[in-house]
Amino acid sequence: MVAVHSAIPPDGDVPLRLDEAGLRGLLEALMDDGFSLVGPKRVGQVIDYAPLGGLDELPQGIGAEQRPGHYRLTAHEGAQRQARFAYAAPASSFKRHFFVPRLTLLRAKRQTPDGSSFRVIELGQSPPKLALIGARSCDLHAIAMQDHILGGASAENPADADYVARRQGVFVVAVNCGHPASTCFCTSTGTGPAAREYFDVSLSELISDAGASYVARSGSPQGTALLARIATRPASAEELQQEADLLENAAQAIERDLPLTGLASALQSQLESPLWDSIAERCLSCTNCTLACPTCFCSSVEDSSSFDGCSAERSRRWDSCFTADHSYVHGGSVRQSTRARYRQWLTHKLGTWRDQLGDGASVPRGTEDASGCVGCGRCITWCPAGIDITREAKRLSGRG
Amino acid sequence: MENLERVVKAHPFAAELSPEHLSVVACCARNVRRSPGEFLFKEGAEAGRFYLVRKGRLALEVDVPGRGATQVESVGPGGVVGFSWLFPDHRWTLDARALETLIALEFDATCLLPKMEADPALGYALTKPLLNELYKRLNQVRLGRLDVYGQGRKDSVGGGT
Amino acid sequence: MSLPVLVSEGKHIEDPWLPAPTRVRRVWQELDDIVTLELEPPADFQFAAGQFNMLYAFGVGEIPVSISSDPATPERLLHTIRDVGAVSHALCSLAPGAELGLRGPYGSAWPLQDVHGRDVVVIAGGLGLAPLRPAIHGLLGQRERYGRVTLLVGARSPDDLLFPAELSAWNRGGALEVFVAVDHAPSGWGGIPDVPSHVGVVTQLLHEPGFRRGFDKQKSVALLCGPDVMFRFASRELDLLGVPRSAQYVSLERSMKCALGFCGHCQYGSLLVCRHGPVVPLSSVQRWQGVREL
Repeated sequence: MVAVHSAIPPDGDVPLRLDEAGLRGLLEALMDDGFSLVGPKRVGQVIDYAPLGGLDELPQGIGAEQRPGHYRLTAHEGAQRQARFAYAAPASSFKRHFFVPRLTLLRAKRQTPDGSSFRVIELGQSPPKLALIGARSCDLHAIAMQDHILGGASAENPADADYVARRQGVFVVAVNCGHPASTCFCTSTGTGPAAREYFDVSLSELISDAGASYVARSGSPQGTALLARIATRPASAEELQQEADLLENAAQAIERDLPLTGLASALQSQLESPLWDSIAERCLSCTNCTLACPTCFCSSVEDSSSFDGCSAERSRRWDSCFTADHSYVHGGSVRQSTRARYRQWLTHKLGTWRDQLGDGASVPRGTEDASGCVGCGRCITWCPAGIDITREAKRLSGRG
Repeated sequence: MENLERVVKAHPFAAELSPEHLSVVACCARNVRRSPGEFLFKEGAEAGRFYLVRKGRLALEVDVPGRGATQVESVGPGGVVGFSWLFPDHRWTLDARALETLIALEFDATCLLPKMEADPALGYALTKPLLNELYKRLNQVRLGRLDVYGQGRKDSVGGGT
Repeated sequence: MSLPVLVSEGKHIEDPWLPAPTRVRRVWQELDDIVTLELEPPADFQFAAGQFNMLYAFGVGEIPVSISSDPATPERLLHTIRDVGAVSHALCSLAPGAELGLRGPYGSAWPLQDVHGRDVVVIAGGLGLAPLRPAIHGLLGQRERYGRVTLLVGARSPDDLLFPAELSAWNRGGALEVFVAVDHAPSGWGGIPDVPSHVGVVTQLLHEPGFRRGFDKQKSVALLCGPDVMFRFASRELDLLGVPRSAQYVSLERSMKCALGFCGHCQYGSLLVCRHGPVVPLSSVQRWQGVREL
């Protein structure tokens, strides 16, 4: 087991207390500052991070039950009906807001009548300035990891200009996770349930018969400045104790664990294990896990041209190592079987990730056992066959 | 004869033969020479000999109707040519033709085989390098059969295909 | 405590995906299905032997292509391309004066600086000679820095031999010993001029007396490029000859979309071939060699 996150957020600035009106004021202040809010919202039959119009769109009184291959919205009862953040990881992460599912990479036009030369047309994209509301610690870690893969946060790697443009200047209002799902295992990956970094403001939601209130901490000068603009008072010792209990209980409630110690090398020694075949019997190669995963980053590029052949476009879209085309070399796919594709996904995520992408792109950062998994459990929830990454990792490393 | 023994000994094929075996083997050997284009043997003819190439190169060819004769292998100095003498029906399966002025040691199977049968130690000492040569050739043929330089169907980097 | 600042205020980030329109200066047919493009490289273009560029055919697509020219003359930029897919076909069909899109160079280089004083055995199969030609130029350009330099070339038939005139010239020049093997040949084919030529597979050349005379396993470093199966067989022969895998360098081949480390397609174990490769010592990938469908 790697270093378990303390459930209690560290002391920073003085913890403040705000009520519902204060939260409303916080969101409005951000909108006044020109931020587009993205936060949890009921979308169809799930809670998802989506564009948010204000406090009233938060999913108040709604919970979500997550199990392998299972996601159901639930209605909270009693005082919890006041809660706006009483559920675990939303259906998708923030990935799509920075590493967008579809992106035009290039527009070009033929320049001369004979068509021999062309020019590149300026795309002139200006993405909105985002404020992430109710961001979970697992998802914030995932952003910080993708910063190293796509955002140029590691000096030796180039930066994807579009990713940086979308990601730059983002404001983060984190929510400490008080209601983990059965699929969560962030205590194993050192990424939660409390947010300890990567936020400007963090909130803990306290529910009492009197309604919801929030313990707020600042994580940056911008966060401090924002909190100064709304009605708050210092949190009381009682409130801080209530918060500590909430987070301690959340950490205790996490059922699953990922055996990260020595896992990378254990997986490398199991590349020919028959267990991959037994997983492949269940895996549908549907790509859900890779799309739901907040750190998966594979993409493919497609080309098109106009009917007259005078203008051309290149676009990027999310790809998955579960597709046949992903490993296409002249003549065919290297990874023909589902067995090989699942093996690629799991051994990359939990094995070769750190060597390949660097420590900055891995968690828990600075440890030899760091991997590409933040423990959000989405791949377990959204697998139609209910394949459980923690269980398979244990079986493959002989700890199941 | 001593002179021929020295010549046989100089060939890699005979590197591990004992002096006794070497003198027996040399008794069955003679020097042959072919000019460019001359045949050493032809497909279908009786195979009663094998060759150790000393100088020059020869081609092993198969005549393909419509395509003409095709070289499937070339053998140069240090090489071994001819395995058909060991196996029924003792007929050559290929043509062997000199590409350059060729100097080789020719071994007479009718001289050598009875000696190998009579003395298993000699038989083994000769079978070993022959098997080694066959194994090497078999691997080469397998690799050749893959037609690894054949065309692919889609674009990718490196690899040189 | 907040998310890191990725770029300081007001600083512009170049879009690494954007190709530079680049003019084709000359085009010539090397073989039936192989074309060399000479490009007018972007200003100050420099590259190292073994690196590749991403070449974009307008409206059709983009592919990685190794550079096949001398790094000492970067103003003469050559790409040797086999016409096998939609994009390569479009590139091979470009006429002089037409433009393609270029970005690069990318990837690792042949370790020419690290092997001073060593004997260098260059093994090329098929089009694999193209990515190795810059290395050969590099070796010849500083010939005194290296021991014996040999080049073993394999091809399907005499008609499929790439750069035959250069092979002859190199061997005649004496600075480089060239050996050629073709899988099959017409009757009477005696080889390409001035080069010991064989009918057989390229790995066989490692057993040629002409090669083995003067071969020193301690001093030797091997540079391999060719189809995967070819270099696996060749590397096995090198193992048997006593050349350690840390002294055997290969150019790897994988699917590749971006060359920037973004797209994830070129993963090979813990390597991103576009960034850590394509040239790597075999010792760094041997744990994955032989694992099927990796």
